[in-house]
Amino acid sequence: MSILSKEEAQALLKKVLSYSKADECEIGLSGREGGNIRYALNAVSTAGDISTLTLSVSSTFGKKTGTATINEFDDAALERVVRRAEELAQLAPENREYMPLLGPQTFAESIEYNANTAAMTPESRAELVAKSLEVTKQANLIAAGFLENSNGFNAIMNSKGLFAYNKASNVIFSVTTRNQAGTGSGYAARGFTDVKKLDTNSATRVAAMKASSSVDAKAIEPGKYTVILEPVAATYMMESMFRFDARMAEEGRSFLSKKGGGTRMGEKLVDDKVTIYSDPFNTDLPGATWDRDGLPLEKTYWIQNGVVKNLSYSRYWAEKKGVKPVPGPSNIIMEGGDSSLEEMIKNTERGILVSRLWYIRMVDPQSLLLTGLTRDGTYYIENGKIKFPVKNFRFNESPVIMLNNVEALGKPERSISVESYRSYMIPPMKLRDFTFSSLSDAV
Amino acid sequence: MKRRNFIYLSGIGAGALMLPELSVFGNPIEQEQALEQVDVRIKKELADVALNTAKSKGASYADIRIGRYFSQAIITRENHVQNVGSSESYGIGVRVIVNGCWGFAATNNVTKEGVAKTTENAVAVAKANSKIGGKPVDLAPQKGYGEVSWKTPIEKNAFEVPVKEKVDLLLSVNGAAMTGGASFVSSRILAINEQKYFASTDGSYIDQDIHRLYPSFDVTKIDKTLGGFETRASLSSPVGMGYEYLIPSESEKVQGVVTRYKNRYDMLEDVKNATKNAAEKITAKSVEPGKYDLVLDPSHLWLTIHESVAHPTELDRVLGYEANYAGTSFLSIDKLKSGNFHFGSKNVNIVGDKLQTGSLGAVGYDDEGVKCGKWDIIKDGVLVNFQAIRDQAKMIGLNASQGCCYAQSWDDVQFQRMPNVSLQPGKTPLSVDEMIKGVEKGVYIIGNGSFSIDQQRYNFQFGGQLFYEIKEGKIVGMLNDVAYQANTQEFWNSCVAVCDERDYRLGGAFNDGKGQPSQSNAVSHGTSTARFNGVNVINTKRRIG
Repeated sequence: MSILSKEEAQALLKKVLSYSKADECEIGLSGREGGNIRYALNAVSTAGDISTLTLSVSSTFGKKTGTATINEFDDAALERVVRRAEELAQLAPENREYMPLLGPQTFAESIEYNANTAAMTPESRAELVAKSLEVTKQANLIAAGFLENSNGFNAIMNSKGLFAYNKASNVIFSVTTRNQAGTGSGYAARGFTDVKKLDTNSATRVAAMKASSSVDAKAIEPGKYTVILEPVAATYMMESMFRFDARMAEEGRSFLSKKGGGTRMGEKLVDDKVTIYSDPFNTDLPGATWDRDGLPLEKTYWIQNGVVKNLSYSRYWAEKKGVKPVPGPSNIIMEGGDSSLEEMIKNTERGILVSRLWYIRMVDPQSLLLTGLTRDGTYYIENGKIKFPVKNFRFNESPVIMLNNVEALGKPERSISVESYRSYMIPPMKLRDFTFSSLSDAV
Repeated sequence: MKRRNFIYLSGIGAGALMLPELSVFGNPIEQEQALEQVDVRIKKELADVALNTAKSKGASYADIRIGRYFSQAIITRENHVQNVGSSESYGIGVRVIVNGCWGFAATNNVTKEGVAKTTENAVAVAKANSKIGGKPVDLAPQKGYGEVSWKTPIEKNAFEVPVKEKVDLLLSVNGAAMTGGASFVSSRILAINEQKYFASTDGSYIDQDIHRLYPSFDVTKIDKTLGGFETRASLSSPVGMGYEYLIPSESEKVQGVVTRYKNRYDMLEDVKNATKNAAEKITAKSVEPGKYDLVLDPSHLWLTIHESVAHPTELDRVLGYEANYAGTSFLSIDKLKSGNFHFGSKNVNIVGDKLQTGSLGAVGYDDEGVKCGKWDIIKDGVLVNFQAIRDQAKMIGLNASQGCCYAQSWDDVQFQRMPNVSLQPGKTPLSVDEMIKGVEKGVYIIGNGSFSIDQQRYNFQFGGQLFYEIKEGKIVGMLNDVAYQANTQEFWNSCVAVCDERDYRLGGAFNDGKGQPSQSNAVSHGTSTARFNGVNVINTKRRIG
């Protein structure tokens, strides 16, 4: 059994802490149970069922810290791991940035756990995949997909009296559908805390529609276009800017650094329609209620009406700068607008609808210039209508420049970044002057 | 290759939230622990529990991997150590075929009971999935090897080198950078040891001890008045070697516009050069976009080979197994069978090699018990083979796997991963200087930078660390803001020359990502400097706000 209740975790951590002789001691306990199923060519390719439980002890003498870990839980093993951490601490070099441990903190109960998701089995995973395959078999398309559920907990306790516990569940699903000739491809991805909200059949129907409608794509000239990014495309594009780190900015090596020194805190960075915040208690996308240091997480605005509102300060950097520590976010929510995707298309004279982006990499961290490609359904819009599918483009664009060119925002949706698998709440967005730099033959 | 993890949200996903920053590598441990090996008799007993349980529950095939994965990471910036992490991950993964369907389960409960229960879970997973239907798994035949073993041929075990020695090296590297005028410097040494035991119902019991090492740094120079900064990363490579890689040797240096390294790396010398380079980059000329002949150093070209040759020749991508994540391939079985698909010019000879000494991909046996080897993938420019594992080999008419199966850890299922894929040196004697002399208008690129390629591997864009303008056969100065874009087949057909074996070097990726859940693979790519004519170069400079 890898999932411990709050009381069980607390009792175990107390016992381990009682063995400590260090100046300071912090103990972490993490458990995870979960499974996954992967399919391709309309059949299951690999699937697994994994459980782990791990205890980690960090002991500190002065500013020298050692950490040791164990996955055995008898009393002798627990005492041994504490002694090991203490021995390592004596051998370790001094960490000049070491911060004394936090005392007790107050945490609101996390809302990340869901009993339905925690109760998933190999059979229930297989059923959800079978519902996806019903669509592609009927449409004579080839499906490749992935479903993963996880149920886990994290707890920490330290010698200053801090104790924190979080339990969380998550299920993610993604599917790519391609036609037999390989000339059309579509994609859909969904992520939820509660598996009951996951409808693999309807998600696969969306992917199937994209696969069928993207066949026979025409080549059009790359250049600057008005684009409509669906949430899954916008999410991936924006993920690399969700690092609001004060230290990097003050050191002069971030897009949030100010010319001549300092940060861009309080400055207008992007269009005033853009507001980005984190909130562990968002019911669509709940997040952890404390960070790795044991600092409570609260609703925090990072960008409000286009202005940089907060930067995150580690405990070390906050002390150095004489400010309060600001923990980084455990989730990201971008506020949206009233436009539906259909209305955005209707109000576009000439533009490109982008379903998904792919292989995004940083080209220049100063301007956050990124490169990547469109994928799985790219369409030309003219006079308010989707006219025809177009060949995929490579783009070279910065999310900061992009968010200065916002025409309209839609309703935020829980959307998965296609590479990190993290979920975000991001609206569809219509943007001017998005830079496509070349064409790709990829389908 | 995986994107650098610049996302720092906390929360679940992090079953490892509580562990120190290096938790992605497993559980922290003390140094001495890495030197102990689990007795092979104990591993065999545990393996037999899995194999017997699987057979008794109806499996037609089963394998078990008992893995102890150690890593040590020492991370520093400027004048201090940020983290010293030693970690261990120990557990078992069992894979079975029941009713023609794969099932996999894993646990860190390494006891006979844990192994039996996990094997039952794997069987349950296979049974649940077999109800979905599909073509039954058809494995290429594989003989059992009995009890055998293999070790990376290292001279100095990195885990036996005291932490202090590594810390002292890194802090001296940082000190040299700061003395030389760097604004910031970070440096790190990562050491990996995979102690893995494989057993299967074919009758193999394979014990392997694999070592890898990766020293690297980044130097940053800030220009506060212009509000800009430039970085220069180390020109080291991750290697399948021990700590001997970090003992400098003059005979392993490649001299030129900047010193590069073969099988021994001089970290202190490289950081001094990097500090000068970072400052030079601030004032370097911004490139004029257009067509250039490119001269690509092995420290750069390995990544282009990785993305545009090694990935599209993975058979799982060609068949469609990676369609939902990494993508498919512009190559096909028809193109292979035609025997005349011109992937590149006649100068392009590419091999798959799982044995190359010092490479990241070198092992004796892959993670499904197949003895490793070497084979042609592109011969004189023509596509002649792919990279396959046991359940794919028959699909391209092979009667044996090519030994390309790998799992990043015991709790991940093994699947097709690329071997070392390398461009063979030119057969005609040609030095880099001679190659540059023949270029009228070109860019000489050293070190790898940003990289991106589409899901079928047609269209790519690569940056680099250092760019030098070539005019009328001579290097005339440094350039900045350079990236090149090309179509894979056009690019490799524009390869007009490859330097000879004197210039041959390995580059590599410690963390090539593929699969769902995503897994990392470590792989090397060898090449000599090569020339590509008429490639499209873009300028990447932008300003914000």
